[in-house]
Amino acid sequence: MAARFSPPIGRRAIEGKPHHRHLEKQDLIRKATDLTHADVTPKSVYLDRRKFLGALGIAGATAMAGRSLFELATPAHAVLAGTKFSGLAKSPFSAAEKQNSYDDVTHYNNFYEFGTDKSDPAKNSKNFNTSNWTVSVEGEVAKPRKFTMDEILKVAPLEERIYRHRCVEAWSIVVPWIGFSFSNLVKLAEPTPKAQFVAFQSYYDPRQMPQGRWAGIEFPYVEGLRMDEAMNPLTLLCVGMYGESLPNQDGAPMRMVIPWKYGFKSIKSLVKIKFQQKIPPTTWNLAGPNEYGFYSNVNPNVDHPRWSQAKERRLGEIFKRSTLMFNGYGDQVASMYSGMDLKKNY
Amino acid sequence: MRALLISKRTKVVLFLVCLIPLGGLTWRALHHGLGANPVEFIQLTTGRWTLRFLVLTLCITPFRKLLNLPDLIRFRRMLGLFAFFYVCLHFLTYLGPDQSFDLGAMWKDVAKRPFITVGFLGFLLLVPLAITSTAGWIRRLGGRRWRILHRAIYFAAIAGVIHFYWKVKSDVRSPLFYGALVAILLLWRLGDWFSRRRFVIAAKLSPEGARVDSAR
Repeated sequence: MAARFSPPIGRRAIEGKPHHRHLEKQDLIRKATDLTHADVTPKSVYLDRRKFLGALGIAGATAMAGRSLFELATPAHAVLAGTKFSGLAKSPFSAAEKQNSYDDVTHYNNFYEFGTDKSDPAKNSKNFNTSNWTVSVEGEVAKPRKFTMDEILKVAPLEERIYRHRCVEAWSIVVPWIGFSFSNLVKLAEPTPKAQFVAFQSYYDPRQMPQGRWAGIEFPYVEGLRMDEAMNPLTLLCVGMYGESLPNQDGAPMRMVIPWKYGFKSIKSLVKIKFQQKIPPTTWNLAGPNEYGFYSNVNPNVDHPRWSQAKERRLGEIFKRSTLMFNGYGDQVASMYSGMDLKKNY
Repeated sequence: MRALLISKRTKVVLFLVCLIPLGGLTWRALHHGLGANPVEFIQLTTGRWTLRFLVLTLCITPFRKLLNLPDLIRFRRMLGLFAFFYVCLHFLTYLGPDQSFDLGAMWKDVAKRPFITVGFLGFLLLVPLAITSTAGWIRRLGGRRWRILHRAIYFAAIAGVIHFYWKVKSDVRSPLFYGALVAILLLWRLGDWFSRRRFVIAAKLSPEGARVDSAR
């Protein structure tokens, strides 16, 4: 199941040299001290990965048992959870920080469609069916179209990006995501001058996500970015992590990762990307307009009305550490907000 | 039933049962069972158990009357003190890992954030109750004054529920559940108080009143 997809992906990543022009541009704005790549993946990560692969056999068998014969007989055109990616390009944007364990990142999730407890998504997303996935690119674009997962994987060479991820609840993790700059997809769609914003929408199926009705927020989950934010090279269209495709509870099969914004902006299980002139509504802003803004940039100086954002707990640590402005990505993103009152535009 | 309630052994067993949540946390801590965010796990668990013990403590009086089991009073102090014990652990996870034992930072946080303020108030309200829980203090204060002081538990329980409700992001089922329990237990007291008052007034007004009263 896993082997079928990895060779073409690997080849693509290696052959991907001509596409690397955008990397040079990124080099100009990179901050050398912070963003050197950790050349060697820590041994603990490898070990965790092996442990996971072992567990995957069991998980896979369980999942397969639940599938109908019809589905088994149909070739799946999607990347199923656990597919390994090889030959990934490294990214100058990667943080040289200790990564969190695969176990932490897959068992401490906010994915309210699958339940509101941090341990719920891992349990309740086991049978989430992501085969035959498509994502629709529409709105103010010259070339609206639907992409299958296989087509998404061919948009640009896949990179590994080790990003800090800061949740609005004041905890953080460091994750080796896999994907490519979202701008690659935007360019294919050729947005018209009217495209000022990008609206994102998550998959929602109450039958597959029965716990969603208790979440206290509206589904399908929607998010959005300003056009310049969407085009920022840091904005990642993510298809995997820790060398593999995304586990269901982390937003399979594809999600956004916007590392300088609070985690809830990084929408999971993406099915719709719409370019538009109007500012799009966003789920948490609808749920609590005075608590969650459209921008939601990580900002230690602007507190959530109910708790402080000055500090955060990195998972695996006891005491809290200081939160960095724009989650430490100020060099790449601060210029987009110059002249804006970030207390008003929270 | 009565023999069971007044047995010394029952009290010992109950004491050990009340320690099970702490035992569970300890076991999890030793077996990597606290999850990816152990501090948060301990915080949520001790907070929930504080609310549960407050609810159990508030159950004693209605259950004594409704079930006609006056001997239940023997367990009220222990349950109340366990509520205090778990709220102390809860507070320590806040003062330590969250505020790095920095009292100045803690005060600022308490003053600034309503959900912390109300939680801290609830905690403060329980301190004098724990101190004056001994027989000596009941004697020193006198029964009436002691009872009035210990009504602070009503406000501590309400504060605990509000604290929990404000803490949750959107799924308010669990805080509402505890809120409903506390509401029922407090409304029962209100009803009980009204019916007793009416009874006293009726006793004063009706010529038969005195007889009914003495019959009780």
